[in-house]
Amino acid sequence: MPSIHPLRAVAAGILLAASAALWPALAQAPAPAPARGGTMNIIISPEPPTLMLGINQTTPAAIVGGKIYESLLRYDFDLKPMPGLAKSWSVSPDGLTYTFKLQEGVKWHDGTPFTADDVVFSAKTYLTAVHPRSRPIFQRAETITAPDPLTVVFKLKGPFAPFLMAWEPSTAPIVPRHIYEGTDFRTNPANAKPIGTGPFKLKEWVRGSHIHLVRNDDYWQKGKPYLDEIYYRVLPDASARTVAMETGQTHLSAFADIETFEVPRLKAMPHLEMTTKGYEYLAQIVWLDFNLRAKPLDDRRFRQAVYHAIDRNFLRDRVWFGLGKPATGPIHSSIPHYDANVPKYAFDPKKAEALLDEMGLKRGADGVRARITMDQLPYGDVYVRAGEYIRQALGRVGIQVTLRSADVATWGDRVRNWDYEMTLQVLSQLGHPALGVSRLYVSSNIRKGVLFSNVNGYSNPRIDALFDKAAVSADAGEAQKMYTEIQKILVEDVPVAWLLELEFPTFIDKRFRNVVTSAIGVRDGFADAYMQR
Amino acid sequence: MERLEFIAQRTLKGIVVLLGIVVLNFLLIRLAPGDPAAVMAGEAGASDELFLQQLRQQFGLDRPLLEQLWAYVANILSFDFGFSYRQQRPVVDLLAERLPPTLLLTGTAFVLSLAAGVTLGVMAARRAGRWSDSAITVVALFFYATPLFWVGLMGVLLFSVTLGWLPAFGMGSVGVKLGGVERVIDVGRHLVLPALTLTLFHMAVYARMTRASMLEVRDQDFVRTARAKGVGEGEILRRHVLRNAILPVVTIAGMKAGYLLGGSIVVETVFAWPGIGRLAYEAVLQRDYNVLLGVFLVTSALVIAVNLATDVIYSLVDPRIELGA
Repeated sequence: MPSIHPLRAVAAGILLAASAALWPALAQAPAPAPARGGTMNIIISPEPPTLMLGINQTTPAAIVGGKIYESLLRYDFDLKPMPGLAKSWSVSPDGLTYTFKLQEGVKWHDGTPFTADDVVFSAKTYLTAVHPRSRPIFQRAETITAPDPLTVVFKLKGPFAPFLMAWEPSTAPIVPRHIYEGTDFRTNPANAKPIGTGPFKLKEWVRGSHIHLVRNDDYWQKGKPYLDEIYYRVLPDASARTVAMETGQTHLSAFADIETFEVPRLKAMPHLEMTTKGYEYLAQIVWLDFNLRAKPLDDRRFRQAVYHAIDRNFLRDRVWFGLGKPATGPIHSSIPHYDANVPKYAFDPKKAEALLDEMGLKRGADGVRARITMDQLPYGDVYVRAGEYIRQALGRVGIQVTLRSADVATWGDRVRNWDYEMTLQVLSQLGHPALGVSRLYVSSNIRKGVLFSNVNGYSNPRIDALFDKAAVSADAGEAQKMYTEIQKILVEDVPVAWLLELEFPTFIDKRFRNVVTSAIGVRDGFADAYMQR
Repeated sequence: MERLEFIAQRTLKGIVVLLGIVVLNFLLIRLAPGDPAAVMAGEAGASDELFLQQLRQQFGLDRPLLEQLWAYVANILSFDFGFSYRQQRPVVDLLAERLPPTLLLTGTAFVLSLAAGVTLGVMAARRAGRWSDSAITVVALFFYATPLFWVGLMGVLLFSVTLGWLPAFGMGSVGVKLGGVERVIDVGRHLVLPALTLTLFHMAVYARMTRASMLEVRDQDFVRTARAKGVGEGEILRRHVLRNAILPVVTIAGMKAGYLLGGSIVVETVFAWPGIGRLAYEAVLQRDYNVLLGVFLVTSALVIAVNLATDVIYSLVDPRIELGA
């Protein structure tokens, strides 16, 4: 797989920040100039419930909807903003005012011109009404105004450092005001016939079979997109997906489409190329969650012992077949605020046993020191295998784990209502600790009944204060100091055990170029993707 | 006339049973943990009470259970199956799209498995005790004992990947314009592997049942009488043995209709067949209540209808049986 040297990437990022179109050329080997035409067949699984990104943010919806809807910005692989529907942007020195200049000549798929009013409506009215993730972001705005049709100004109530990270299509899709204003957003018929500004339009959706997108001939980037059509093929069975990639019937797979154990085989196929780029914005971490209300999980030494007893390299190599990177703390290493100097936990079962001894948890006649129930994360076989490994690993130091299985809805109910002892969890960090990390540790987010809140009940006034201050600090250096301290405290406390930074394999048929060009990877618009003749 | 009366009476009874099924399903699915609002909130990766409240209110989940049940039944009686907020479509549209592919798949498999099973059963019975009888039994049991998904995958490996004769998935070629006849051929080619997978599984039961039943009938007095009268062996087999032996097979076939719908979930998944089984499976995981109840209702109605048809066919095959008796 061709890759780029980090230094070159930084240099290129600075040089090419304004001309986003050239960026992808660096990510792949040199190729002839892009040509018009071609059809791409892409795996989609599971089938998205709807393509309206305002009311559904599942990955499949984001993958297909990201071709139809756009947001103001895009992000390069280092999470630096690039132009999207906004041509340029500026931030006032006090960090309170964000001004976006919009692209000219942008039209909605129904031909209506796109203006700043659409952006104001989307952020102020639409997204704050229906989008659970962007509501807390846009509610920080004092005013959102459009001084002219191509300018939008956000005045915030206080500084909010990650404000510029919120502008990708599934966090802040820009929706047409003329279609949605004054309607019931959740049942508007346009939800089934989405109208966006993106490079592709919805032509047909045969449920259970395929989704057909066609080129938007009026796209604001003249001459783009290059592809004529995209077919998303709904393939619910993992083996069928592998066969489809193997036989060339589909040209692209992403996320967990291909089972981890099939990855080495597909990687060796001459017609396929594999990349793990394009997941930087999501930055997902798998962690072992401890319900701190339960004994002996409330004792920090016990959690440290568990963390020492798990071999994260084994998990990566044997369960994820080499994909991923052992996680060392609460912040994913692709997020700029990650601090590599924070102390790390080594795989050390002896130390684990020593900690357990110190707690007075001696082995009984049956060799067991403590008994814990672990809820299996029902997100697919790989998590089941991970759970089985953890049971084995903890068994070796005398912690007997009983695995409990359920479907997603049941698991979600148990976890959000705090009816669990241990479980795996996986979540995206959304480009910034204030968007995707703090929610799991601040005590103000201990809310029974709400999944992906601080479900384990961790409460530390120092952490609360640091997260609050860092999020609103206009001084990046100050904020970084606070994030470093947060990482040190959390790693010492181990409120959860961070196991693996997930890497996903994206397989691309080699005839297709410039497919993955940004930090949102296959969820991006594919305006630059083309088929080599 | 008697027959029409019987059908009318049974249809009425069927409707009552259906209503009972609706109520039972409604209550059962709500006993399961989780609800569609919680699933959707979880998928959004969001921690937000307002979002949950909004969804619950919109789905009507914030109202008392009995009120919800009453509203649902009232809607069903006026043929309104409700709306899937998750999929942003009326349930009736979803069912209308997904039912025909399932009927095509299971209908084909039903006919093929019945024909092949009875043929094999007859062949085995005629050669009872010989090696070809054993061979048929072994083959039939092999496919009966093998999981459906495995047979399906092996079929894909052989006929799609290695030989390249048949498409591996889907119900038709996507992205090509096809005329009427070409479209039928195309769907037919896509149908071969999934239909055969289901057929091979269900065929075994019919083959075993036909064989056992034939052997039993073969030794009865009226057969011996016919033979003594000098009736030819072929005719004895057709008119005397098979006609009597087929009755239990008809019963089993009627009962199997429901299983066929159930088994199609696995085959629909392996072959990406856009049928109702997959719709149901996904609806369970997502607690998409209206879709799930709609699927249950339609499949229950189908099973009831098939059973009614079985009874009618029974009376046609065997005049001794009186309808409504």
